[in-house]
Order: sequence, then structure tokens, then C-alpha cells
Amino acid sequence: MKKLRFLLEKEFKQIFRDKSIVAMIFVLPIMQLGILPIAMDFEVKQVNIVIIDNDHSPLSSKLINKIGASGYFKLLAYEPSFRQGLEYLKSSEADIVLEIPNSFEKNLIKENAAKVNLTVDAINGTKSSMGSSYLTSVIADFNNNIQIFQNKNIVQPVIINIENSTWFNPYANYSWFIVPGILAFLLTIFAGSISATNIVREKEMGTIEQINVSPIKKWQFLLGKLIPFWVMGMIILTIGLLVGIIFYKIRPIGSIPMMYALSGIYLIALLGFGLFIATISNNQLQAMFISFFFIMIFALMSGLFTSIESMPEWARIISHSLPITYFIKALRMIILKGSSFADIQYIFVILIGYAIGLNGLAILNYRKTT
Amino acid sequence: MKQFLAFITKEFYHVFRDKKTLLILFGIPLMQITLFGFALTSEVKNADIIVIDNAKDDDSEKLINKLRASTYFTIYEKQIGYNAIEKEFKKGQIKAAIIIPPKFNNDLIKGKKSQIQILTDGTEPNVAKMLVQYITAITMDYQREINATNSPMMMIIPEIRMLYNEEGNGSINFVPGVMALVLMIVCTALTSVAVVREKELGTMEALLVSPFKPIGVLLAKALPYLVLSFVNLNFILLLAVFVMKVPMQGSILLFFFFSMIFIATSLSMGLLISNITDSQQVALLLSMIGMMLPTIVFSGFIFPLENMPKFFQWFSYIVPARWYYTGVKSIMLKGLDIHYIWKEMVALSMMGTFFLTIAISKFKIRLA
Repeated sequence: MKKLRFLLEKEFKQIFRDKSIVAMIFVLPIMQLGILPIAMDFEVKQVNIVIIDNDHSPLSSKLINKIGASGYFKLLAYEPSFRQGLEYLKSSEADIVLEIPNSFEKNLIKENAAKVNLTVDAINGTKSSMGSSYLTSVIADFNNNIQIFQNKNIVQPVIINIENSTWFNPYANYSWFIVPGILAFLLTIFAGSISATNIVREKEMGTIEQINVSPIKKWQFLLGKLIPFWVMGMIILTIGLLVGIIFYKIRPIGSIPMMYALSGIYLIALLGFGLFIATISNNQLQAMFISFFFIMIFALMSGLFTSIESMPEWARIISHSLPITYFIKALRMIILKGSSFADIQYIFVILIGYAIGLNGLAILNYRKTT
Repeated sequence: MKQFLAFITKEFYHVFRDKKTLLILFGIPLMQITLFGFALTSEVKNADIIVIDNAKDDDSEKLINKLRASTYFTIYEKQIGYNAIEKEFKKGQIKAAIIIPPKFNNDLIKGKKSQIQILTDGTEPNVAKMLVQYITAITMDYQREINATNSPMMMIIPEIRMLYNEEGNGSINFVPGVMALVLMIVCTALTSVAVVREKELGTMEALLVSPFKPIGVLLAKALPYLVLSFVNLNFILLLAVFVMKVPMQGSILLFFFFSMIFIATSLSMGLLISNITDSQQVALLLSMIGMMLPTIVFSGFIFPLENMPKFFQWFSYIVPARWYYTGVKSIMLKGLDIHYIWKEMVALSMMGTFFLTIAISKFKIRLA
């Protein structure tokens, strides 16, 4: 026990002496959490549209007015031909080109149907699908109204009203979704990368030899490395929660002790993961590359930005084998929904499993001799 | 000159001897592009939804069947009370609930009007909005069907053409984005340790007493990585075109030229980091961890840039990956020529020159 205390003292001193590391550990997360979520917004607010009206009829201008008045669309330009309209798509200034053909009004009155052409820049998936579905619904709405413009005697149409309400986040604030996720992610990159490079550094500098020849046991050495990082991780979590409360007004509604317990277990798991990487790499560049590889997978496949259910089957399996997936899910549930222990106890079990498994793997793989 | 060549040869040996790092260097981009290219999608699919059908009549049955036919959701029919819904949300099992009122069919026939309710889990606002949109569209469609049988209506029919991605291949948006992200971070990380490692291991002394000028040292350090990255780029392109089916509409030559500018810029940024840091750990933390999130966010491949506050839009102009991402999309997907991407090329070249100049001026020829 005494040995461990000295080791801890050594590690803490070593970490806090390097001012640039300390700054990076504390400032980077605060800055990233404080700034980035403001920039992260999926919502399609404005779709830029270019209109080519070949008909110039009262009805076509009514349709154009209706689109302009809907609020979703910015009428970027009117162009005389499709070729000129296409230039806007090429340069990415516009998202949709709407072409109203000749004799649009005539066809509508004579044949009860007329076509309009939408050309959508489909490269940006969200924008193109949202934009075209907004536009189709504006046109559908317009369809209901033309009967009235034309003063036709029609049977009163049936109407199904849809009332919707968003729970747990009534204003559908995107930052509520992203802030707990980013917090979980920052803890992950901290724990996953710092413990990996720290031990490899001792390998690379040769100072690990001194520890290997000392009577310190494997577990004492690893514990001596883990505890300081664990403490720092919990501090980062606290700072992150405060940033959430102060900057984004996200007050956790669930139990805070439970959240800390869960995060503590998660940190142990991730630190074990970092240790394991350290045991399989020879230098810091390698260690960082390996942890970068996994952290990228964590970032993009954990449901941090995009939803897991939409992924193909095999990708969902990968996603469900990552500890971070469960951690992000649980954090969101506790902070935003106030889920109870019963709701997330399976996540506790899974994360404890990861903590034991990953640390066990690291200890088994760590050799005092080279 | 001969000395310089010998120096470059030494650097090449250095890099090529470390087989494990080389393996990682080629493995990472390929694996990640494959993984993310296939896995990432901006659509919502298979969302779990419960339908509480209080009517159990003809119309509600038809509407539910229509919802069931869609690939957006997986529908569970359950007869639970309003309060039990909250519990389901808290367990995190469902994303939305649809409530159909009793006498749905009766209201539609007699009152010509009925109402359904959609409850969504707002902790995922984007999914919630998309789901409301999808469910509304399906319901409207159903409404139109009922009305069409009652009386013929005038209709404007929109014909939609998805330009540049007719088949709706989801990976074509993400592949260029992941390319930009991975290339930038890998290239920056590679050179970010180049100088600082020599400092840390004590071999810097030997370099400093050699007759080479700072610019020579830095170029010799970067050259092997430039060659490696070029090889890597070839692999990435082959993967993107043949496995991910991302079309190559434009000129391959232009693509390579443009990509090499980007790679050179990233390598210069790494050199800059290497010259201003004192340990490999700090250099790597800066180049990988520090840059990962900002690059993901500000390259615009996940979050649309035009949604951001003006300040962030300006900020994105100094993120090299942003320029590369737009340029690669223009070349590969839209098949545009140099007239459309000269801005991107100029911006990247300027940034590269800037980073390299600062790196050279920060190069210390004395040990502290």
C-alpha cells in the first residue's frame, strides 16, 4: 500500500509539472464543449431554390408565392432556362431547381393534372431529402387550395389533423442532444489516449526499465498510472456538467450520484483500454494511431451524431460492441429523461464487464521483461 | 546537394523500417473509409414506434398498414395507457408513439375530421423531427386516397430528380468527408512528431551541428511522408471508386493534383506543431485529439455549414479539410473542372505556405 502511495505521488507530480499537458487536459475539453455544440445543428433551416417559370401564368406565380411564403425556402433567383439554373447547383449556391413547364396552367385545367420538375442536389443527404419533402408538402397543400381558386363544386374533403408533441425537450433543442454526447466523447478521448501514450512514453524513454527492476508489482504500477487519470477524468466530467448547466441550461433531471457511479466505471473501462493499447505498441506514434483509430470509430458509430438504428445490420453489431455506445445512451437518459436505475441497470452490468475485461487484458499483456 | 540526398535517404530508411507504423498508416484510412462509408447515413430507418390504436376500425387498420409498409419504422402495436408511454420512453426502447383516437373512422365519415397524436422522444431532436415528417407525409397520403375516391381533384404532380446521386447511394456524401478527415489527421500526426521526437530522444543535437538549413531539415523530414501519403491516396481512391461505388466524374489528374496540395498542407501543419511543442505526447494530443472534433464539425460533412452562426462559418475557412471536402465533391461527384475549384486550390496552397513559413521561422537552431 505504501509503495502505491509513492507511485501515486510520482505520477501526480509528473503530470502536473508538464504545464502544457495540464492545460490541454482541462482547457481543451472546456473549449470544445463550450463552443462546438453551438456549431452542431442538423436542422435544415433554409433551402435555397432557383425557379424557372416557363409558363408565366397566374397559377404558376401563385405557386411561386406560396413557396416563398412558406418560410423554408429562399428564392435565390429566377432564371430563363434550365441550363442557367443548373449552374447554381454546380456551384452549390442552390439546393433545388424548380422548373414549371409551358402550358402548366392549361394542362391543369384541361386534364386535371400538371407536372413540375424538381432537380435536387442529392449530394447532401439530409438537405436534399428534407428540402424535397418540404417542397412536396407545400405543393400538396397548394393542391388543396387550387380547388378553391377554381371555384369548383366539390365534396367537402376529409381532413386528418396531426398533433405532435416532443417530450423531454419541448423546443427540440439540438444542443440538449449533443452536449451529453460530446461530454461522453471527451471523457473517452481523454481516457483512451492519455493512458496509452503515458506508458508508451516510459517505454520509449527507457524509464520503464527502472520500474521493471524495482520490487513494484505489475498491478501496483498499473494502478499507480490509472488512479491519477481516473481522478482527472472525474474532474473533467464535473467541469463538463457545469459547462452544460451554465452555457446550455441543461440541468440533469436524473440522479447525479448514479451518473457519477456510471462514469467512474466507464472511465476504468476506458483507461484499461488505453493500457491495453500501450502494451501492444512500441512508440507513441503507434499508440496514438491505434487509439485514434478506435476513437474515430467511437465518434462516428456510437450514435453520437447519427442514429444507430439507421445503420445497416453489421454496423449495428459493431456499434453495440462499443462501450461508448452504452455510455452515451445512459448519460442522455439520466441527464435528459431522468431514467431510473431500473431502466439502465443492464448498462451498468455491461460497463462493469468491459472494465474487468479490458483491464484484465491489459494486465495479462503487460510484461516486465521485453 | 549530395549531402542533402544522403540526408533524405536516411529519413526514408527511418520511416520505412518501422513496419508496424507503416501497417497502421495504410490500414487506418482504408478501414475507416470502408466502415464509415457504409455505416453512416443521414436518414432515419428502422426506428421503433408504438401505435396505440384506440379505434380498431377499418380506417385505423388501413393507416397502420400504410405505416408498416414504410422502411422508416418498425411498428409495435400495443394497448397501453398514456402514462405507460413515458415509461417506454425512459427505458429508451421507442422513438415515437402514435395515438389513434377511438371512433377514428366514425369521426372521418360523420364529422369529416379526425385527429391523431404523435409523441416523440425529444432527446434526439433530429430523429424526432424526421419521424414527424415521415408520419405526416404518410397520413396525408392516406387522406388524399380517401378524398380521391370521393371526388376527383386537380393535382400538381412534382417529378423529382436527384441530381449527382440518382440511386440515393448514401455513402457518396460521407466518403469524401471521411477522406478529408482521415487524410488530414493522419498526415498532420505523422510530421507532428518528426522534429519533436529527435528533441525528445536527444538526437536533435546531431541534426543541429549538421550543415543543413532549417528548411532542408524540414523538407527532408516531410518528403518520405509525402511519398507514403501519395501511395495511400491511390489505395483510398481505388477503395472509394470500386468498393464504395463513389463515381469519379471529373479528371483523375486534377483529383491527384488537388489531393497532393491538401496532403502537403496537412504535412506542413504537422511540421508547425512539431516545432512549437516539446514532447511527442503534446504534439500528438494536439494533432489528433485537439483537431479531431473541430475537423469533424467544421469540414461540413456531418453538420451543414450554412446552419452555423456567422462566426463559425468564418472559422471554417481556416480548416483545411473544409476546402478539400468541397473540392473533392466537386471533382468526384459533380465532375467539375478547375474553373470551379480554383478557390479551394488557392486557399489550400496559401495555408500550406503559411504553415511551412511559420514552422521554419520557429525552428530553433539551439537546444534550450
